[in-house]
Amino acid sequence: MELFRGVNVDWMGKAKYFVTLSLLLLGIGWISIYYRVVVKHGTLYGIDFRGGTLVYVRFAGPPPMDKLRKGLEQAGLRNSTLQGISDTENLGSKNKNDVVIGLEQSGSDESLDTGKQKILGVLETTFGNSSAGLPDFNSVSTSDLAGDLTRRDPLLLGTNAGDRYNQLAQHLTAARDSDYGGIVTNSDQLSHVQGVTPAVIQTLARDYTLGGFTIRDAEIVGPRVGSQLRHQAVWATLYALGGMLVYIAFRFEWVYGAAAVIAVFHDVLITLGFFSLFHYEISLTVIAALLTLVGYSMNDTIVIFDRVRENLRLMKRESFPEIVNRSINQTLSRTILTSGLTFLTVLVLYLMGGAVLRAFSFAMVVGVVVGTYSSFGIAAPIVVVWNKYHGGRQQRMTVRAGSAAEKRVVAAARR
Amino acid sequence: MNAQLKWKFVLILIVLLLCIFGVIGLPTSLAQLRENVADRIHLGLDLKGGSHLVLQVQLQEAIGQHCDETVDELTRQLHAKNIGFGEIRRVDDTHILVRNIESTSTSAFRDLVNSQFPDWTISPAAGENNGYELTMKPSVIAEIRQTTMNQTLETITRRINALGLTEPTIAFTGRSDDEILVQLPGVGDPTAAKEVIRAGGQLQLVRVVDGPFSSEPEALAKYGGVLPPGTAILPGRSESAGPSQTTGPVYYVLDKAAIVTGQDLRNADAGPSPDSPGGYEVDFKLSTAAAGRFGTFTEQQAAIGGRMAVVLDRQVYEAATIKSRIEDSGRITGGFSEQSAQDLALVLRAGALPASIKYLEERTVGPSLGADSIREGVRASIVSMIVVMIFLVIYYRLSGVNAVVALILNLMILLACMAYLGAVLTLPGIAGVILTIGMGVDSNVLVFERIREELRNGKVAAPAVDTGFDRAFLTIIDTHVTTVVSAIFLFLFGTGPVRGFAVTLVIGLIANVFTSIYVSRAIFDYHLSKMDRQAQLSI
Repeated sequence: MELFRGVNVDWMGKAKYFVTLSLLLLGIGWISIYYRVVVKHGTLYGIDFRGGTLVYVRFAGPPPMDKLRKGLEQAGLRNSTLQGISDTENLGSKNKNDVVIGLEQSGSDESLDTGKQKILGVLETTFGNSSAGLPDFNSVSTSDLAGDLTRRDPLLLGTNAGDRYNQLAQHLTAARDSDYGGIVTNSDQLSHVQGVTPAVIQTLARDYTLGGFTIRDAEIVGPRVGSQLRHQAVWATLYALGGMLVYIAFRFEWVYGAAAVIAVFHDVLITLGFFSLFHYEISLTVIAALLTLVGYSMNDTIVIFDRVRENLRLMKRESFPEIVNRSINQTLSRTILTSGLTFLTVLVLYLMGGAVLRAFSFAMVVGVVVGTYSSFGIAAPIVVVWNKYHGGRQQRMTVRAGSAAEKRVVAAARR
Repeated sequence: MNAQLKWKFVLILIVLLLCIFGVIGLPTSLAQLRENVADRIHLGLDLKGGSHLVLQVQLQEAIGQHCDETVDELTRQLHAKNIGFGEIRRVDDTHILVRNIESTSTSAFRDLVNSQFPDWTISPAAGENNGYELTMKPSVIAEIRQTTMNQTLETITRRINALGLTEPTIAFTGRSDDEILVQLPGVGDPTAAKEVIRAGGQLQLVRVVDGPFSSEPEALAKYGGVLPPGTAILPGRSESAGPSQTTGPVYYVLDKAAIVTGQDLRNADAGPSPDSPGGYEVDFKLSTAAAGRFGTFTEQQAAIGGRMAVVLDRQVYEAATIKSRIEDSGRITGGFSEQSAQDLALVLRAGALPASIKYLEERTVGPSLGADSIREGVRASIVSMIVVMIFLVIYYRLSGVNAVVALILNLMILLACMAYLGAVLTLPGIAGVILTIGMGVDSNVLVFERIREELRNGKVAAPAVDTGFDRAFLTIIDTHVTTVVSAIFLFLFGTGPVRGFAVTLVIGLIANVFTSIYVSRAIFDYHLSKMDRQAQLSI
């Protein structure tokens, strides 16, 4: 099977449309960022970078938002935010009962986890049934459960039954966490678990309550850490880009390196704009996604540049824009295939990868498209424009591409 | 098949076997296979669930403490050497001001500082007559910071190990020189562990000079506003008050120098308190050397009806009259519950922190979220891999199978290297894996498209494959080296998640060069050696 054969498009002739499109995308995205940050005094940063407290709760039933909001207000947490995350519902998880409670950084120098403890307190008093004085099965740890079971010995194993109960506790918590998403509503749900007998169920039902909520994730980031992580992420990325620029400049010419880096910047800026438009927050995982798209876009650009370098040697008569056009057309088939397949991969991840990967895969979905486009839409035109004003057909480069070192590499590969 | 090709396949087979062994070991049953994989592929907290804490060591405290000790020691020495002076004052954590030294003794003073206090540089204080300023040397400050950090790390490690938590990580964060990272897999509620980590654990047994007073000013007033040298006022709870009564704090005047400190402990244990039913106490035993010292002290004090205080983290827990000689044991009471007594005993056994700590970051991933992330991540990866592979086979036919083999081997090598290196797979690491797969697909596509081009240009199978690989080789090297260069920078300058990304990426890309060029080429060569020279290539 073969698609895209013998394509002949004048890409460089359309460069001005590409630039217009890019400026448009950049404009829309950054106006949205401006609106969010400057006008609404919001932030693009997630908790990792801005600091604060975030508690991710799963309820057994539909979350009683009003009651929760009231409880938080009564506890003096007026500046807390409540967000149901059913809107991030996906193919994978059918649970619509998740709520994220956010709390901004408090200015005072109180203990780091004050906010979290207050939120937990509200949840406990509003929705907990700890009044019975029994521990909650939905929040018990495996080791505590194992200890408890060993003490009560529902299987009547006598002494030295620790290992058996350890295993049993592991099976029980695994069933709770994997099969029921962390929240068991009826102890009979556990009857299918390996090693469980009616006596165990009875013990559990008698000695444990089944709380109406479970904490899925709790994050507290101090202000110092937030700014530190921000700095580090930015600098690591800039160093990485610098490294790429130097390598490409060494292998090609510096203008190729500069063009590739500008294209990558363009991709990151547009992706950030989309983040703002679609109300995603920038977290550490998103940084990883941005780095991935940097790598991906760079890869795409180099493939085209590589072909340009090769064609410069083969095509002595054509103009530079023609050579670039030809190179893009020649690699188009691979570009579309690779991008298409990568796009497919991240799309599956976006649809099925779960809530934690949502922002990450969103960045990738946008990034793959923008990264592919920028290779021929931005990076290549920059080199062409540069070439128009400086130097003719770049003979120097041809020489360098055919250097002795390179021939050795090729020869080694052939061997 | 020629000999060279044969060796290529032998090498590939060895790599494959090493990888399989690296990931699954030598299992004898399906259950064991699962266990082996879980053992070898280390999952990060974000996938496994657990608590992640970052704490900051208050290094200034340790430096300030050294300054305080120097002030005390210098005062003592000046008295001993009969060098008259007006005042010794700590200016800040690293500076001491000594004023109005007798003009006849200034050289003796300088000699004393230079010979006995090598940690300090001495200089005339500005605007002072016969006044000197001592400044802590930068090398000493650096050394104090370093030893404080190391001691803190060791102490926290001992405490966490004593808590019996599995596979904890305790390390410097690397992003700032005063931070320590503690990761506790499987711990859903870090509150208890946090308390144990944070407890100062500085135990002192000291002589009581006077007290109790109901307030600090009252204590000071008794001495006319100036405490006797070598003493300090510390808060404590009222002696007569039981654990439930809250009579407010009381204050004692105590010796600064302790007779016995936490370092002299041989052991500490929690047990029920005989005095208060239902209450708990911590009993401790002293080392032999300390026991001798303590015995002499208590004997002297018993004769004159002296008192002694148990001070924990600069708080008086108990102050009692010494009735007789005490050899090597003591106890701390103070309304402990069973749990808090056990925690304190653990902290005392593990040793004191050299400086207090403050939490900067706390993340807890519940086990159900981790389980969901793994399940959803793995399922998404498998589905997308299958889609990609089906497409490759449809589009490139037999050559597509070739690419699929290369991709699978690439993943195997990646997983095996992570297992061998003990690297941790995190969510950002999965991002690295995705980029690896993307570039793996790309490498194959590059080669195949090149071969197709050569075929279109009229070449027969063998030379077309040859040229295709050669041409694509340079491109693949360029794209991969560029990305590896960036990943190395990310590893050097990034932390935590960014590093996890970089590690998987570097391993994946190196594996990719091997599979998409070496392995894929070998399979092609094998095909070519079997088929007729003019036959069509399935691509």
